[in-house]
Amino acid sequence: MSSHAHTGGSTVHAPMAEPSGFIRKYIFSVDHKVIGIQYFLLALTAVVIGIVLSLLMRFHLVWPNATLPFVSGGQMSQEQYLALVTMHGTIMVFFVLTTAPQGGFGNYFLPIQIGAPDMAFPRLNMLSFWVTFLAFVCIIAAFVVPGGAPISGWTGYTPLSGLGEISGPGEGWGQTLWIVSISLFCLASLLGALNFIATTIDLRAPGMSLMRMPLTVWGWFVTAILGLLAFGVLLAGGILLLLDRSAGTSFFIPAGLVVNDQLQPHSGGSPLLWQHLFWFFGHPEVYIAILPGMGVASHVLSTFARKPVYGYRAMAYAICAIGFLGFMVWGHHMFVSGMSPYSGFAFSVLTMSIGVPSAIKTFNWLGTLWGGKIQFKTPMLFALGFVSLFVSGGLSGLFLAQPAVDNMLHATYYVVAHFHLVMGVAAIFGIFAATYFWFPKMFGRMMNEPLGKIHFWFTFVGAYCIFMPMHFIGIAGGIRRYADASAVGFLAHLQPVHQFMTIAAFITGAAQLFFLFNFFYSLKFGPKASKNPWNATTLEWDTDSPPPMDNFGGHYPSVYRGPYEFSVPGAGDDFIPQWLEPSQVARAK
Amino acid sequence: MSDTEFEGIVASPWSGGASPFAINSKKLGMWLFIISDSLTFSALLISYAYVRLETPNWPRPFEIWPAIAKSSLMTFVLLSSSLTMVLGVNAAFNGDRKKTVRYLIATILCGIAFVAIHATEWVTLLGEGVTPWSNPFNPAAPLFGGTFFGLTGLHMLHVTIGVAYLAIIAWGFGKGKYTAEHVEVSGLYWHFVDLVWMFIFPMVYLLSVNPK
Repeated sequence: MSSHAHTGGSTVHAPMAEPSGFIRKYIFSVDHKVIGIQYFLLALTAVVIGIVLSLLMRFHLVWPNATLPFVSGGQMSQEQYLALVTMHGTIMVFFVLTTAPQGGFGNYFLPIQIGAPDMAFPRLNMLSFWVTFLAFVCIIAAFVVPGGAPISGWTGYTPLSGLGEISGPGEGWGQTLWIVSISLFCLASLLGALNFIATTIDLRAPGMSLMRMPLTVWGWFVTAILGLLAFGVLLAGGILLLLDRSAGTSFFIPAGLVVNDQLQPHSGGSPLLWQHLFWFFGHPEVYIAILPGMGVASHVLSTFARKPVYGYRAMAYAICAIGFLGFMVWGHHMFVSGMSPYSGFAFSVLTMSIGVPSAIKTFNWLGTLWGGKIQFKTPMLFALGFVSLFVSGGLSGLFLAQPAVDNMLHATYYVVAHFHLVMGVAAIFGIFAATYFWFPKMFGRMMNEPLGKIHFWFTFVGAYCIFMPMHFIGIAGGIRRYADASAVGFLAHLQPVHQFMTIAAFITGAAQLFFLFNFFYSLKFGPKASKNPWNATTLEWDTDSPPPMDNFGGHYPSVYRGPYEFSVPGAGDDFIPQWLEPSQVARAK
Repeated sequence: MSDTEFEGIVASPWSGGASPFAINSKKLGMWLFIISDSLTFSALLISYAYVRLETPNWPRPFEIWPAIAKSSLMTFVLLSSSLTMVLGVNAAFNGDRKKTVRYLIATILCGIAFVAIHATEWVTLLGEGVTPWSNPFNPAAPLFGGTFFGLTGLHMLHVTIGVAYLAIIAWGFGKGKYTAEHVEVSGLYWHFVDLVWMFIFPMVYLLSVNPK
């Protein structure tokens, strides 16, 4: 059957024949499922590196004078600490929080959930992944080049990042590689976003109207729109920064700048320009990380509460509203950079208004749970954890949205605690929920439940133990990015709190071994998964586990109803899948 | 729950008719690319405006002859290429392969002419001592060269890529490998590159005409 029939006349690629060679099948594959797993494994590698970097930072904060075997000179220098800050942030934001939920799960499940045989542009999809991979190689190479990794933070603030070696170790080759890596990442994400949008608009199965799409698809779709609009601007910023460093221009470097007693040969530029370009991308990036997690949380909560998502339409509109408002609030990252009070006021009001769609989502999650027959499987626990962390992290955002309060807190650990809870750990919980939920579909085997639950409780309690005390350190004036706060008089008495957080971080980090073991053990030895182990309703459960090359094995599904028809009164089963023909729906006896 | 409500949930297929957004994926993909690329150009143009406003005495070195005359000619050439492109797309949808290829070749030649004239402009400016990092007209505004070469360079890159793209389309369409739809999509790209120039020409050239 040609795929023309099910897409209403738009021309799409006929599903490609399954390639036979190993390289075409697993390395340079055009199959969105293989590409999704490639993205996922890339993110898994990156997250392990990112966690190790954060543990090194936590270790250094508590024992700054310890001798480390792999550090030249034995003790970590302040610049090396800054390099850890930079690389941890860059790797986690770009190669984990952006790559896993969107590149990984979005790639794998968006086409299946809308009933498509593949993405709209399979070859472009392959190109996106390999350019992302190249970007990852560049950023890792920054560790080993002369001078080491850059020290200007994941935001790459100018003029520090624009001057070259004179401004510190890692600012030579390391910083150049950082810019090249981020620019490549932008390019890859642009192509990926374009592909996601075209796929969602063009390749939906008959009956899959926009208001019947699973909320996961809504999340990925709106995330792709954000990516399409945001990454192009960072790309422009990256080009200009690269020109500043290698062509001698001065877009971001003002006149009369003296660094290390040397007058810099630049004039005419403005560091604020970089901040505007960066944060015009950077704030939508926060939602690029969290929106897919919101979709997954809605999806999983509904499935395991055996209830329809409360207020489906409101949920879809709230995702759109968050995405829209996300483009108008970048200035709240720049309150302390000097800003007209009128601009600050506007950015502040717009920022707080994001609380409205966020609250709609939160209350609808609670409404979905209300009165449900809740099954506490591991994916459900992580989805509940997502809601908890999103609320805890989001509330502190209301404080930071006030310019007057932000002036006091901006350079402190309060901000670190805020964004780690709300976009870091919450998004990671979304990724974990997705992994436990879809593992059976992706690999055809079930993950181990008891191990999953142990993993959840360690991670959930651990995350709060690390990041809750961090708020208080911030309010007490604990300045972020300082390599050694114990040397600062008024901060020294906070060291015991740092110690507690570091111990919690090491325990939480170690608990991730439960996940890694569970993941790889279950790949090989997990019990075989059926087509629909969770009794769920969306199209990915209408096909084999794992799905065949063309996703549905030659037949193409039609969609007859919304995505979350659980516990319908009068129905024989407590779930009615989207693909079930009306005549096949069982009536209650 | 009444029977009709039950039916409402279990059986309201959208009957599998034509998709409400039945637009060809390739065309949609090109539109999306244009959206993102226009944001990249917007960011660069806004950056240019930002540094220009921040700099007192931004140089305005372009004389009517030869710089403005040349850039006007370039604008004319590029606009003409959009006309030949439209005629090419039209011929393609009328199924006239020969005519289509001829119009595409005309478009390509206009593109090459644009790049060639532009290159002489660059050589002139470089000869006067304007570089990305220095500016003989006003040493306090070194970004004049950076913005000029950055903006026009990225645009020239787009034109060059467009010339190669159109050459492939012309070759493939002449051989019967590509459809009129392919020609139309390449036309979207070409018109977009043309449109970008309509922002760069006034902002970079006309705003910097020597006031004397």
